[in-house]
Amino acid sequence: METPYLLSMDNITKEYFGNRVLKNVSLKIKPGEIHALMGENGAGKSTLMNVLFGMPVIHQTGGFEGQVQLEGKVIRIQDPQGAMKYGIGMVHQEFMLIPDFTVTENIKVGREIGRSSILPLMDRVFGRDLDHMEWEKMSTDSRKALDSIGMMNIEEYAKVAGMPIGFQQFVEIAREIDKTGIKLLVFDEPTAVLTESEADRLLEIMRLIASRGIAIIFITHRLDEVMEVADSLTILRDGEFIARKDVVETDLVEIAQLMIGRSVEKLVDDSAEDTRRIDDDRIALELINYRVDMPGEKVRQINVKIREGEIFGFGGLAGQGKIGIHNGIQGLFETEGSVIVHGEKLDLSKRGEALRKDIAFVSEDRRGVGLLLGESIERNIIFSAMQVKNEFLKGRFIDRKKSRQHVEAMIKLLDIRCTGPEQTVGSLSGGNQQKVCLARALTLKPNILMVAEPTRGIDIGAKKLVLEYLRKINLEEGTTIVVISSELAELRSICDRIAIVSEGKISAVLAPDASDADYGLAMSGLSREDVSA
Amino acid sequence: MNQNKRLTLETKDSFADRLKTLLFDNKVMIVFALLCYGAFVVSGSQIETVLSEVFTRIARNGFTVLALLIPVFAGMGLNFGIVIGAIAAQIAVFATVYWRFTGFGGMMLAVALATPMAILFGYLVGKLFNKMKGAEMIAGLILGYFADGLYQLLFLVLIGGVIPATDPRFIIDGGMGVKNAIDLTGSLKYTLDRVQIIDLALGLFIIIAVITAGKLILHLRKKRSFEHKDWIIFAVVAVIYGLTYLPAIEKHLFADRVNLIVALPLFLAFVALRNLYHLYRNRKTAMPGFSRTRSIFMIVLAGVVFGLTYVPRLEALIMSVNLPVLPFILIAGLCAFNNGLLNTRLGQNMRTVGQSQTVAAASGIDVDRTRVIAMVLSTVLACWGQLIYLQNIGTFSTYGAHLQIGQFAVAALLVGGASVSKATNKQALIGVTLFHLLFIIAPQAGRELFGDAMVGEYFRVFVSYGVIALSLAMHAWQRKIRKEDPEFPDEVPSKPATALAHKVKEAD
Amino acid sequence: MTGVRKFVNSVGLPRLIIGIFFIALIISGLALGLNPQFLFSDIIRRWLMYSILVLAMVPGVQSGIGLNFGISLGVVSGLVGVVIAMEVAFNGGWFLHLGAAAAWLSLLLALVIAIVIAALVGAAYGLLLNRVKGSEMTVSTYVGFSSIAMMNIVWVILNFKNGQLRWPIGRGLRNTASLQESFGGLLSDPRIYETARSITISPEVSDVGSIKVKQPAGLSFLAIDVADSGFILPLGLILVFALCCLVVWLFFRSKTGVALSAAGENELFTRANGINVDRMRILGTSISTVFGAVGIIIYAQTYGFLQLYNAPLMMGFTAVASILLGGATVTRARISNVIIGTLLFQGILTVALPVANQLVNVSALPEVMRMIISNGIILYALSKTKGGNQR
Repeated sequence: METPYLLSMDNITKEYFGNRVLKNVSLKIKPGEIHALMGENGAGKSTLMNVLFGMPVIHQTGGFEGQVQLEGKVIRIQDPQGAMKYGIGMVHQEFMLIPDFTVTENIKVGREIGRSSILPLMDRVFGRDLDHMEWEKMSTDSRKALDSIGMMNIEEYAKVAGMPIGFQQFVEIAREIDKTGIKLLVFDEPTAVLTESEADRLLEIMRLIASRGIAIIFITHRLDEVMEVADSLTILRDGEFIARKDVVETDLVEIAQLMIGRSVEKLVDDSAEDTRRIDDDRIALELINYRVDMPGEKVRQINVKIREGEIFGFGGLAGQGKIGIHNGIQGLFETEGSVIVHGEKLDLSKRGEALRKDIAFVSEDRRGVGLLLGESIERNIIFSAMQVKNEFLKGRFIDRKKSRQHVEAMIKLLDIRCTGPEQTVGSLSGGNQQKVCLARALTLKPNILMVAEPTRGIDIGAKKLVLEYLRKINLEEGTTIVVISSELAELRSICDRIAIVSEGKISAVLAPDASDADYGLAMSGLSREDVSA
Repeated sequence: MNQNKRLTLETKDSFADRLKTLLFDNKVMIVFALLCYGAFVVSGSQIETVLSEVFTRIARNGFTVLALLIPVFAGMGLNFGIVIGAIAAQIAVFATVYWRFTGFGGMMLAVALATPMAILFGYLVGKLFNKMKGAEMIAGLILGYFADGLYQLLFLVLIGGVIPATDPRFIIDGGMGVKNAIDLTGSLKYTLDRVQIIDLALGLFIIIAVITAGKLILHLRKKRSFEHKDWIIFAVVAVIYGLTYLPAIEKHLFADRVNLIVALPLFLAFVALRNLYHLYRNRKTAMPGFSRTRSIFMIVLAGVVFGLTYVPRLEALIMSVNLPVLPFILIAGLCAFNNGLLNTRLGQNMRTVGQSQTVAAASGIDVDRTRVIAMVLSTVLACWGQLIYLQNIGTFSTYGAHLQIGQFAVAALLVGGASVSKATNKQALIGVTLFHLLFIIAPQAGRELFGDAMVGEYFRVFVSYGVIALSLAMHAWQRKIRKEDPEFPDEVPSKPATALAHKVKEAD
Repeated sequence: MTGVRKFVNSVGLPRLIIGIFFIALIISGLALGLNPQFLFSDIIRRWLMYSILVLAMVPGVQSGIGLNFGISLGVVSGLVGVVIAMEVAFNGGWFLHLGAAAAWLSLLLALVIAIVIAALVGAAYGLLLNRVKGSEMTVSTYVGFSSIAMMNIVWVILNFKNGQLRWPIGRGLRNTASLQESFGGLLSDPRIYETARSITISPEVSDVGSIKVKQPAGLSFLAIDVADSGFILPLGLILVFALCCLVVWLFFRSKTGVALSAAGENELFTRANGINVDRMRILGTSISTVFGAVGIIIYAQTYGFLQLYNAPLMMGFTAVASILLGGATVTRARISNVIIGTLLFQGILTVALPVANQLVNVSALPEVMRMIISNGIILYALSKTKGGNQR
């Protein structure tokens, strides 16, 4: 069957444990085309790529529905090595390079050229294991691959360690190019770690590669880059196929709008009367030139004022830095700039300073940071208050009676489903674990509560309960609440204001009812002005 | 960024900086050398005795230390589990002498018995280590003790108790268990040390002849092309062998030892030629790791050392040392093997696995299999090393000969400047020399300093433990610093990378 | 079938095998006609003798440094304490002046010196372990070995006067020093309260040569020969061990103990709560080392001899294996693990010797068994700990 498409993935459906993450998604790319794949976190981009590469995680969870065609023939890719044989390669966001190896060694890793051993019969007994390595041939190949992407200035025998990040990225690309018969290259957020000039260079290289007939799937959140380099794009949202467009037919605003979509679900019942007094002069938390050095979630510069008694949201895509904000205040990573709480500057070099100043945290990493999984519910709930405020102590020892009373009250209040305060937290469900985290934070009786990803990995019922409870303590206790979340719908349903963080900076502070296009543009670090300009 | 600037490997450091790095990189070795020198001065030992004793010990222990390199290449750290290879060797030696096989043939029988055992043991150790990735060193150490327990059970109870054995030469009077010491005099003692040069020439000739014949057969069956090169190699070897029939040459070849005054120039010539070859190969572009200055320096150094052998005092000293031929040839052979292995696909795979299991798995390398092969090779080599050790020492304590093998071999390697993740032939050889030098002179130095030889004995044990502790701590420390350094974000693989590596089931 | 599997899982395979083996050994020992009073006295004595050394593992594991193979540092501190106490008592003629109380005072002095040294050494050692996070076990094993080797040099050089400690000729300390003329057996040997012991007095203090000293009968409850049957109940040992357990138990109920335990379980969680994890690890290491020092002193007093030089080299392995056998993991350990593990491990070794002697004439068999069991258990535990302790 003749087809203009190099690759077409048709009606792909994938379920993880009864949860549909891809619903009838299609993706089509022509040879030599640069095709952007776009969507928010959780839209299904990575699952789609996992399907394409035949990742074990797909097979182990029952495979997928739909079919994949390459050059008009239906193919079944069993593993990443199989994808390589079909000429499909990937340039990873974090590099698969060995620093102590030379560029050639890295380009040829696992695909070394060898000549059979000088001893007879050895290859019969030991297979290709004893092949003699032909470094000269390999160097020539690497040189050719580097030259073909215009990287004349990388020596093929230099070590990768110490090279600028951009150069490492180019070595990765050269490796994919060097693979024989490469037809399709996937670039997964390639510009995320690059400097501006490096990113420009990369886009140039992508065009160069495409001009040689190789198709490119470009996964990115940077809308401007898409407009600059891509020929066409596919937008996914919540695992569904939204649109396939040619770049010339569309514009930034439309793409942004399509990515966000209109959320109709109502997460929280907000019938209660709002009696709060929020005043621009009474600031609970102010960040000035705030930076956090958290790997993977760097905060580059944030200036924001959060008012007493409001619910403030931080949104944005994964890896853009929103997660770094509260982790920095909590003292888990190095910070710069000032954090001012009720007019008083926090000394973040002191351990536990924020906790003592009545800020409580619920971590996004429940199992890693939020809980002692091997300990009882009781231990978990009283831990912070005991360590920070010396509560629940009789002398230097735990006051069993007082702590038991408090924990039982908390279990009732938050409806934690358990066999009793002695049950270990590790054996609870995700939703109940989250409630334990919340109970621990509330036990500190905080003025400011910072909650990250409050509903990640918990079922819909618990989700509603947690969000409503946050709203309730905000209304009743007047606690200032900062919610950090990847789920825009969740932020828009409980927050008074939402700051969108992109590339470590706030790109916009929006009202919950601002338009989808505004949110979409803010997430890729642009504003309305950028678009009109 | 300057796009036109080529990234080159050689950084232009000042001479002082380079000297500083050189000294820093070799700090362990330098400290140890000074320690040895101090101990030597204090001990007042005869330099001739010490020198000849050092070479005896290199011949005895060098092979085992070199057996540690392969696991280091494969990222499995220092293989304390070589004790298990030594155990295989001791079981084989016991069987051989019990059955009254003697001489070179007996030794070959011991090799034939020990090797399959070592392969099996190495395979099992490798499998076990794959279950404990990242904890190979502590596992190897404890595995060594565990294996020692089983070995003692075998020799104390099972032999004579379950396995029928009655020979009163070896079995304790009660009829159960093996005696404390096994004397190899008259059976296997010196069977390798005393192999004459002429026999080695014959052996070489036979091996090359067999290989050439094999190639010829394959060629005739059209499986492989037969090149002129093959004929030339055969012809050269045949001529060399033919020369041994000339009486003038032949009479020198019945020796089993070579004086250092003969061996040293040969070695120096080898060093010089090797560096000349490097200079020739890299005459146009410099490959990584090549340094013109260093190569030239090595050639000059070789020349200077050769010149020094004409100083009468030194000449007399050098002439006082005789080297057993075969053990040193085996050591040289193992060095060549280690280097050769690195130039094969297997060796390259080992290096990749050693650097990053994630990248290796994603590149289609079977990580577990590569690691098992590394352990098998190391165990077999350690087993052979123990055979060389036993035949040289001549009588061995049944329950003690293998105990300190892992300990001392690892300490020797580290003294040479190796680390948990990096080791070379050169470091192994320098290490074994320095370490045993200290071993020889420490008791005497202890007696001179404290009036008690035991101080020296304990001091050398302390040094061997201390060197290991220090070097493990340094390694862990550096790795921790590196992990915290944001310049290496690739320590935490991204999601697709993790999925790619899923096959290895690697634990984070 | 599933019931069986559930049972095996809840008890733990190694414990089940060793437990069955232990019971089988006792039964066969009794069937072979071993004296049950002596057998059980021995089991109890060895159980308590080792248990404090094993208890020392708990603070280490809980604080996150893993299995403390470096307990040898504590052991060495303990030995130093005893050696100094004995020499001071000898030079001061304590027994001549104080009589029976001198033995108690020696024990007390030994403990005080040992605890002070161990706390300091342990803190320094904790600093080192913080630098090598992730490789604690490998490093600590060799630090332990080195410390023993270094003390060997010290033992050779020390020029002490106490004839119990020094070699009769030359200088340096003996391999094995008897504690008969010091605090040996105070907590576990009934004979010490029945008959007087002969104590040598330093010629520099007095020229009486030697005197007879008897411990007051009023204290004989510390070591009871139950109904004169030969079954000995070492109440003193039991009390000391119970006291140590109580201290550990209380500690883990205190604010600091809870924080320390959290540091070992989840470093990030602990840091997020404003606790200095490194300091907690230093504290845990230090406490572990102190218990190691106390443990070796109690061990020596029960054994009746002080073993210097290489004798304590593998003690860390024994302690580690015991607590693992008791069901601890590399990251979590409890007092009950100590009690069960030490009973099983030492129990087996105690019974094995007489039983083996009845069956085969190989005196080294229990030692061989100790090696196989202890190292086998440690290997098993390491293979169960996913990925081991490094990466």
